[in-house]
Amino acid sequence: MANKLISEVPLPKSIANVFAARNISTAKEALSLTEFELMELLDVGLTEVRSALSQISEIVAPTYQTALSLMEERFQNEHFRGHFPTGLKGLDAALCGGIPFGVLTELVGPAGIGKTQLCLKLSLLASLPTNYGGLDGRVIYIDVESKFSSRRLLEIGLRSFPEIFQMKAMAQEMAGRILVLRPTSLSEFTQSLEQIKVSLLQNQVKMLVIDSMAALVSGEHEQGICRQQTLSWHISFIKSLAEFSRIPVVVTNQVRSHNHDDASRYSFQVQRRDGTMEIPIRYDSHLIAALGIHWAHAVTTRLVLEAKSGQRFIKVAKSPISPPLAFPFHITSSGISLLSDDGMELMGPEINAIHCQGHNEISNFGREGLQ
Amino acid sequence: MEIWRLPISASQRGKLISAGYTSLSSLSSLSPSELARELKVSETEAMDILKAASHSRGAETSNASCSILEGAQSAWDMLHDEESLMHITTSSADLDNILGGGIHCKEVTEIGGVPGIGKTQLGMQIAVNVQIPHDFGGLGGKAIYIDTEGSFMVGRAFQIAEACIEDMSEYNRFLRKDFQECKINMKPEDILENVFYFRICSYTEQIALINYLDKFISEHKDVKVVVVDSVTFHFRQDFDDMALRTRVLSGMALKLMNLTKKFSLAVVLLNQATIKHTEAPFN
Repeated sequence: MANKLISEVPLPKSIANVFAARNISTAKEALSLTEFELMELLDVGLTEVRSALSQISEIVAPTYQTALSLMEERFQNEHFRGHFPTGLKGLDAALCGGIPFGVLTELVGPAGIGKTQLCLKLSLLASLPTNYGGLDGRVIYIDVESKFSSRRLLEIGLRSFPEIFQMKAMAQEMAGRILVLRPTSLSEFTQSLEQIKVSLLQNQVKMLVIDSMAALVSGEHEQGICRQQTLSWHISFIKSLAEFSRIPVVVTNQVRSHNHDDASRYSFQVQRRDGTMEIPIRYDSHLIAALGIHWAHAVTTRLVLEAKSGQRFIKVAKSPISPPLAFPFHITSSGISLLSDDGMELMGPEINAIHCQGHNEISNFGREGLQ
Repeated sequence: MEIWRLPISASQRGKLISAGYTSLSSLSSLSPSELARELKVSETEAMDILKAASHSRGAETSNASCSILEGAQSAWDMLHDEESLMHITTSSADLDNILGGGIHCKEVTEIGGVPGIGKTQLGMQIAVNVQIPHDFGGLGGKAIYIDTEGSFMVGRAFQIAEACIEDMSEYNRFLRKDFQECKINMKPEDILENVFYFRICSYTEQIALINYLDKFISEHKDVKVVVVDSVTFHFRQDFDDMALRTRVLSGMALKLMNLTKKFSLAVVLLNQATIKHTEAPFN
C-alpha cells in the first residue's frame, strides 16, 4: 500500500502532472513531505496540496474492521480458536489455549535448560493430525546451532504418541513434515527467510521455529547497538510473516550476564519507598535476555525458562493475556512435562528475572563468551 | 519580509515581490482587481492572496489590540469548558487521580514504557471504557484502535469487555436504590463492535491514516478516543534521514492535536521505551 503510484490515485489532471514532473511517483514520497514542502516543490496553492494529500491518504490508508468482525473471522477460520495447545495443561490454561497464532513467542533461558527440548516437542505436536491436537502441516525448524536431533524427536514421539509412532510409515510421515534448515551465516538466514515467505503463501507450513535467534548475530563481528540494528529488518520481516500467515512462530533466545552500563534500569523506574535502590542479588550469576530492548518489544509472549534451587521453572514473563505465572517442569523421555498445573503467581520484577542457581551447566561464562 | 510567511505558492510570492509588495500592510488597501492587474494573475488568485494576507494580519495584531477578537477564548470560559468535559476512566482509581479524573478529551496523552509493562492492556482498557454509557459516568462513545505492531489480542479485549459489563452491573446493584431490575443491555460483542480496528504495516500507511482520520471521524461522529499502539514503531527501523523523521513525526503530532480540538475527542499514544546511551564510542 505504501508503494502505491500517484498515477493510480484519481487526482485532478493538473496536479497529477505536476507530481510527475517533480519526480514524485509513489505515495510514500508524497506523504513523507510536509504540506509546506510540497507547496514549495510543486508550486501550487495550499488548498490544492491539501486536497491532493487527502485523496492520496484515503487511498493508501488501510480499511477498518470492527473488533467484533476480527474476532469472528479468527474464530471461524482458525483451528483451536487462534491458539496452539502445547500439551502442558497449566501453561495452556494460562495462555488461554496455547501458543498464539500470528505473533512471536520467545523462549529465553540459560543454556541446557530445555529450550530446544520444548521446541522439538512443539514441532512434533504441530506435525500431528488435528484429532491428536496438531496442526496437520509442515513445520520449518531453523537450527542455527545444530542442536536438532531427529533421534530425540522420534523418541519423544514414541513415548508421547505410541499409537502413531510405532508404525514406521506413520512415523516417517510425521517426521517427514519437519523441515530443518541450517543457515551458517546471517545472510544465508536472510535468503532462507525469503524462501519461507513463498512457501507460507502456498499454505502448507503451519509453524516456524527459530533456534536460536541470538546465535545468528553472535557470529557477526559488530558490538552492542549495531548488532541490534542488524536484526531489525529480520525482526519486522518475521513479524509480518507470522501475521499474514497466522501461524505460531517460536523463537529461542540466549541469556547474557548483566552488564552494569546496560540500561536494564531505566531512569523513570521508581525507587522503593524507603529510598533505597534495589541492589541486584548477586549470589547467582545475574542474567538478562540477549538481543536487547527492541527485540523485547517485538515479541508478544515471552516464556522464561530458569533454574532455581535445582528446580526448573517455566514462567510467563510477558503476555497480553495471562497473569505472571511460574510452573515447575522437568525434562522426561517424552519431552517436557509440568510438575504442577497450578502456576505460582509471581509479583513484581521477579517474573522477568532469569536465574540459574543449582544448574550444573552454567558455571563461569565470561561476558565475552555469552555476548 | 512578512510576505515570506504567507501560505501561498512560490510563484505567487515571487510575483508579489517583483511587483514591490514586501509587507502585509502594503496589501491592506488593495482591491482584488487592482492586485490582479499589478501581478498579471486572475482575480480569483488575487482574492486568495488577499485573504491569506488578512488572515495572517489578524493573527499578528492580536497581541497589540485588546478588543474582542475572533477565535480567542477567555480564561474563565476555558476553565468552565474544562470542568464540564468528561473523562475516560482508566479503571484504576490512583491513575485517574493522577490524571485529574481520567484521560482528558481535547488532549493528547502519551503512555510510554518498557516491554511487557502493560501499555497495550491500558490501550485496550481505554478503548472499552470510552463506551461506558452516560448513565454510568462515561462518554458512551466509540473507539478507534490503530495497531502498528500487531499486539492487539481480540480474545483479551473480549475479556476486558466482559469484565467492564460485570463492573457496571455491580455498580447498578449497589447504587440504584429503585428495585427495578436494571439489566445492562450491553453484551461484550456490542462493545467489540464499537472498536474500529486499523492495522498499519508501514510509516506511509500511518501518515496516510492520520490524514484520513479527519474524514473518517466526520463520518463517525461518535468516536471519542483514538488509541495508537505504538506510535513510533515504524519510525524506529530503516529511517536513514533523521531530519525527515523528526519533521514527519512532528507533523503527525500536530495533526493529532488538531483532531482532538476539532472533534472534542481524546488521543492516546502508546510509545516504546528505549535505551539512552550516554557514552557513544562508536559515533
